[in-house]
Amino acid sequence: MLKRRFLGAIPVILGISFLVFLLMHIAPGDPVSLLLGESATPEEIERTRHEWGLDEPILVQYWEFLLHAARGDFGISLKFGEPVTRIVFERLPATVELATASLLVAILISIPIGVYSAVKHDTMIDHAGMALALIGVSLPNFWLGIMMIYFLGGQLNLFPVAGRLDYGIEIEPITRLYLVDSLLTGNLAGFWSALRHLFMPAVTLGTSLAAIVTRITRSSVLEVMRQDYITTARAKGLSERAVIWRHTVRNAMITIITILGLQLGALLNGSVITETVFSYPGIGDLLIQAISLRDYRLAQGLIFFFAILYCGVNLLVDLLYMLVDPRIKL
Amino acid sequence: MLATRYFKIWIGGLILLVLLIGGLAAPLLAPYDPQEQRLEDRLKPPSWNGQGSGGYLLGTDNLGRDILSRIIYGSRISLLVGATTVILAGFMGCFLGAIAGYFGKVADEFINKITEIFLAFPFLLLAIALMAFLGQGLVNVIIALMLTRWVQYCRVVRGEVLSLKERDFVLAARALGGRDFYILLRHVVPNTLASVTVIATFAMAIVIIAEASLSFLGLGVPASIPTWGSMLAEGRSYMYRAPWLTIFPGMAIFITVFGINLLGDGLRDILDPKLRGQR
Repeated sequence: MLKRRFLGAIPVILGISFLVFLLMHIAPGDPVSLLLGESATPEEIERTRHEWGLDEPILVQYWEFLLHAARGDFGISLKFGEPVTRIVFERLPATVELATASLLVAILISIPIGVYSAVKHDTMIDHAGMALALIGVSLPNFWLGIMMIYFLGGQLNLFPVAGRLDYGIEIEPITRLYLVDSLLTGNLAGFWSALRHLFMPAVTLGTSLAAIVTRITRSSVLEVMRQDYITTARAKGLSERAVIWRHTVRNAMITIITILGLQLGALLNGSVITETVFSYPGIGDLLIQAISLRDYRLAQGLIFFFAILYCGVNLLVDLLYMLVDPRIKL
Repeated sequence: MLATRYFKIWIGGLILLVLLIGGLAAPLLAPYDPQEQRLEDRLKPPSWNGQGSGGYLLGTDNLGRDILSRIIYGSRISLLVGATTVILAGFMGCFLGAIAGYFGKVADEFINKITEIFLAFPFLLLAIALMAFLGQGLVNVIIALMLTRWVQYCRVVRGEVLSLKERDFVLAARALGGRDFYILLRHVVPNTLASVTVIATFAMAIVIIAEASLSFLGLGVPASIPTWGSMLAEGRSYMYRAPWLTIFPGMAIFITVFGINLLGDGLRDILDPKLRGQR
């Protein structure tokens, strides 16, 4: 069954690659003349077109693109002059660190509020919790980011407003996850600096996710609370605390994990915006740079990479799902 | 709990109505021309905060343009993009979903694969990608967002049609000699409208934030048209000197999206049969 899940992903990946490949061709006008600018001579344009293989039939071009992509080769970035894959992998750890921290923020906010709202179902506490979730889901995260920069960064001067580290502080790169690397090398100043830089972007990105997960947590806990085994647990004379955390929340976790997994797409969406707002050097920020620099190759490679990352994570969530609930077969 | 549901619909609907009237009557309501630059009045604070001048309720921007007027005009773009995208994506998604669910087999397989491909992209990223290659423009924003939003409708309508087509009233219609498309349009699709309405409401909230995000990133509507997202992007450079440039457009987005989500919540509680009686 697991094999079927993997095999099922192949046509999807092929479809993604075709869509990403097509992007380059829907651009109005010729990407080469756009990139080389108005001063380029027809010969230069022709030569670049030939170098890029743009004078070949479209299916041949797609086949070439696919062959290269399968080897992780997306060509050389036109503006950075380095292989696209290398640039992406250099920037990826920053995004992974931000996404993980945001996920943690989201879990820390949403699970307690969601569970408490469900337990206090239909009381003022429940309504307040749900109102908070509605506010969270309606807050555009770029605005929340800007407001945090203004109030927490500018007015109160509590947190740095851009980048990943303070000027002058260096962390020896091992995994390129600054928090992990600084701990591994015992660099406490580096850890503190990285943590302070991560705080506002992670809260910005985590808040919108928290809002969604709070609602799901509440409804799945409510759902479980109606099951017979919960009544049995109560009838056995278990304490309310044990009934809620050991029996209810544990069973509700299946739905919550699935939703968290499905929301990773939202994290990737949000990372583009959040990284831009905080000038945080991850792959989301890189994508916007690539687009504004008209580095189509880098943009194409990044979009493909985002889609594959998202597919991979969804597959991982399915596996995790199976681990949490052995009744589920993929 | 009925009272709470109707409360949500009333408040949400009221916010949306006020915005709609504001957008439609923008030339009558806006105190100034949103594009008119008065350099002598640049970066004036809101008139009520003590330091501002009387004329500008929400202050002016770096070119001396009135923020309130720009916000009122900006609502037109948000609502236009929101409504058009939701309607177009709705038609596209419902049509494909109904075909997939009703006819099954090859049509279903094919449409399912396409939805899977579109679902493989985080939607805003796909919209960013499309805008990067299509170029800025109002129509392009609508196309990009429509292409990313039809999938939800398609999935839900397909699921509903799958169960609806086995119901007695559909069998009866078929027994009476009804043709497939007649049955689909007359009997099946109308029964999915409750769910579609709920999806459309939430989709509108998402689309409005997405449009603002694209404009904020400089990938949306051209800068010559005032939009809430581009106002925020321009205001960022003056954040510390003139925070009102970022505070008010953001609040406009927030209130709009909050109202629509409230409306969606209320509608879902009433219309979505799966949630009925749960509370």
